[in-house]
Amino acid sequence: MAFAIKPASTSHSTFSPAVHQSSSSLSRRAAAAKMPAGRRKAPAVVRAVAAAAPPAPAPARPAGKRCLSVSQTMSRLKAQGKTAFIPYITAGDPDLATTAEALRLLDACGADVIELGVPCSDPYADGPVIQASTARALASGTTPDGVLAMLKEVTPELSCPVVLFSYFNPVVRWGLADFAAAAKEAGVHGLIVPDLPYAATCALRSEAMKNNLELVLLTTPATPEERMKEITRASEGFIYLVSVNGVTGPRANVSTRVESLIQEVKQVTDKPVAVGFGISKPEHVKQIAEWGADGVIIGSAMVRQLGEGVSPQEGLKRLEDYARSMKNALP
Amino acid sequence: MAAAIGSPSRAAASAPSRAAAGTAPSRAVLRVASAGPSPRRRGAVAAAAMQPAKAVAAEASTAAAELNGAAVAGMARPDAMGRFGKFGGKYVPETLMHALTELESAFHALATDEEFQKELDGILKDYVGRESPLYFAERLTEHYKRADGTGPLIYLKREDLNHTGAHKINNAVAQALLAKRLGKQRIIAETGAGQHGVATATVCARFGLQCIIYMGAQDMERQALNVFRMRLLGAEVRPVHSGTATLKDATSEAIRDWVTNVETTHYILGSVAGPHPYPMMVREFHKVIGQETRRQAMDKWGGKPDVLVACVGGGSNAMGLFHEFVDDQDVRLIGVEAAGHGVDTDKHAATLTKGEVGVLHGSMSYLLQDDDGQVIEPHSISAGLDYPGVGPEHSFLKDIGRAEYDSVTDQEALDAFKRVSRLEGIIPALETSHALAYLEKLCPTLPDGVRVVVNCSGRGDKDVHTASKYLEV
Repeated sequence: MAFAIKPASTSHSTFSPAVHQSSSSLSRRAAAAKMPAGRRKAPAVVRAVAAAAPPAPAPARPAGKRCLSVSQTMSRLKAQGKTAFIPYITAGDPDLATTAEALRLLDACGADVIELGVPCSDPYADGPVIQASTARALASGTTPDGVLAMLKEVTPELSCPVVLFSYFNPVVRWGLADFAAAAKEAGVHGLIVPDLPYAATCALRSEAMKNNLELVLLTTPATPEERMKEITRASEGFIYLVSVNGVTGPRANVSTRVESLIQEVKQVTDKPVAVGFGISKPEHVKQIAEWGADGVIIGSAMVRQLGEGVSPQEGLKRLEDYARSMKNALP
Repeated sequence: MAAAIGSPSRAAASAPSRAAAGTAPSRAVLRVASAGPSPRRRGAVAAAAMQPAKAVAAEASTAAAELNGAAVAGMARPDAMGRFGKFGGKYVPETLMHALTELESAFHALATDEEFQKELDGILKDYVGRESPLYFAERLTEHYKRADGTGPLIYLKREDLNHTGAHKINNAVAQALLAKRLGKQRIIAETGAGQHGVATATVCARFGLQCIIYMGAQDMERQALNVFRMRLLGAEVRPVHSGTATLKDATSEAIRDWVTNVETTHYILGSVAGPHPYPMMVREFHKVIGQETRRQAMDKWGGKPDVLVACVGGGSNAMGLFHEFVDDQDVRLIGVEAAGHGVDTDKHAATLTKGEVGVLHGSMSYLLQDDDGQVIEPHSISAGLDYPGVGPEHSFLKDIGRAEYDSVTDQEALDAFKRVSRLEGIIPALETSHALAYLEKLCPTLPDGVRVVVNCSGRGDKDVHTASKYLEV
């Protein structure tokens, strides 16, 4: 597997991010030059990347068997009286091989859904931790193409669905239809676009639907009731309840306002509600689960564990310990 | 000035009466050649040679522009969704959506609020010092005369004479009044060159509001004088180190602050960029520039200007000048971008010339970006033009062929900085120097007697330190 880290070896196996990225972007430019009508030919690029990787037997895709959709996953947990554990990491921080390993590891630690961030040059909904992480990912040459190529190899091994978190511009640049198709091709189950508010989701939603991608929408403490209702009606997979007005990043405490926010959303929908932003401690997730949330999303704290290791291996170890502690705090 | 603030629908409705007052709207007379009300001598100049190189592309789409020009006249800009064609919109985190809706309602309510208008008019007159003169630049005009004595007439709209030295105060003062009406006591703003930051700090001092300015660390170094001015005025200037430490990063950081403090804070965005309603609102607060220009032109020569020229970073001074004339098809609109070291290098900020459609800071517009949709670091000697995006209405005016956009390099801007200082005794801002530099390309193509109005958007005192590193004087 091109994206595996060999446990015995200290270096990353055959997978070299730098070489990989440049070949990917070259092939895309070549494709663009040949085809002026459709600038982005993502599937071609994915194929090119796959061809560059050493031949590996394609794992049999356990279609719908091991890996359910996001909404199916959430309702199954709900039926079992469990709260979903939804970790976030940034793809390519510090490199895609580590991300591939982190995805496998989070899956093994009991992640119910994994949110994977596509690094962006201007992450203005994110706080300092994720900003730094996206900067590291971009510095290592991570591209949307590379992220999807990695996912294409890794998602067949995962038992939980992956939701892609991307700012809108990379999606626009790729082309909405091609991006959605490429995401599906890579085994992605859902999308979160933080700077695409409900009113502007129409075009992307229809492309997402064609590709069985669930478009998760966010509601916030500043969202008036009327729009919150519209958002809950339109959101797929789950409803992402932002716990505070603000950007992502760990906070000392979870606002008590979250309890009433959860109740307000639950009064208007039967869809699962996952709470995110500012959650970093086992007592936070315990509290939020007690308040009736169907899921907790943990981003910056995850990213910090992975990013603060002196090596990718140490980061992965820290991530594993932390993920287990959070998972164990949940019912 | 009763019309300092107004809803776009009102603006559209007033178009016919305006046309009746001025020259009859001859259909799509985009080219000056056929429009000149007083054609003195034009035989010497071949019509084909009249356009600068860039306008050739616009020429090719003249037919489309005629149609679109007609469409523009009856069309709300922006539409109800805050879109100018496909550009504009609201691409922001959900947390800000309510604040934007609230802001839009307040803006529309105040457009018909006489008391508010009266207060704003009074401040624009007695505090800002409006109206600003339309000045005939005699020696600059002389400079561009051809050997046979023919050439265009150059006028400068003197926004540099406003309080704080640039057009930026028009918008800052109006938004501060708006913030007061919204009951928000905490003001944030982003700034590049520091002119918008100074304008915001000034109005916050004037109205007793708390003021926090986000500024790229690199810009703080380039514009140290303005940093001191903002602090002197009581503002807190917060350096932004992330990304490229310039205007785009300062804007991202201001958005993050706003998301966090949305319930207590008003964000005074400084250009015709960002999410709806900002592009519309900031344009409306600056459209007084064009309105005065129309009136002053009528007083001075009994007609309209033939060509309007303004620099474009985000594009607020250009929209302020252009807006009044967008429906006048016989007035050429030219925006000048920063070509930095040249548009074929990787060091420029010519978004409309070289960018591709994308989404940054809340709106869809042209954007300097790579194949993956990552924003490319722009470059300009002028901090105020050093931005990878551009206001969505400019993208729209470019696409329909109503306005032309071209660019000039750092060196050309510096040359104009010196030339206008020497010829007119006016030290223009480096931003403004880009518009003035474009006269070098434009004037040789224009027939005799054509009246060109350049928006002299700011004064250059803030730039003498930067310029002294490059210029031998």
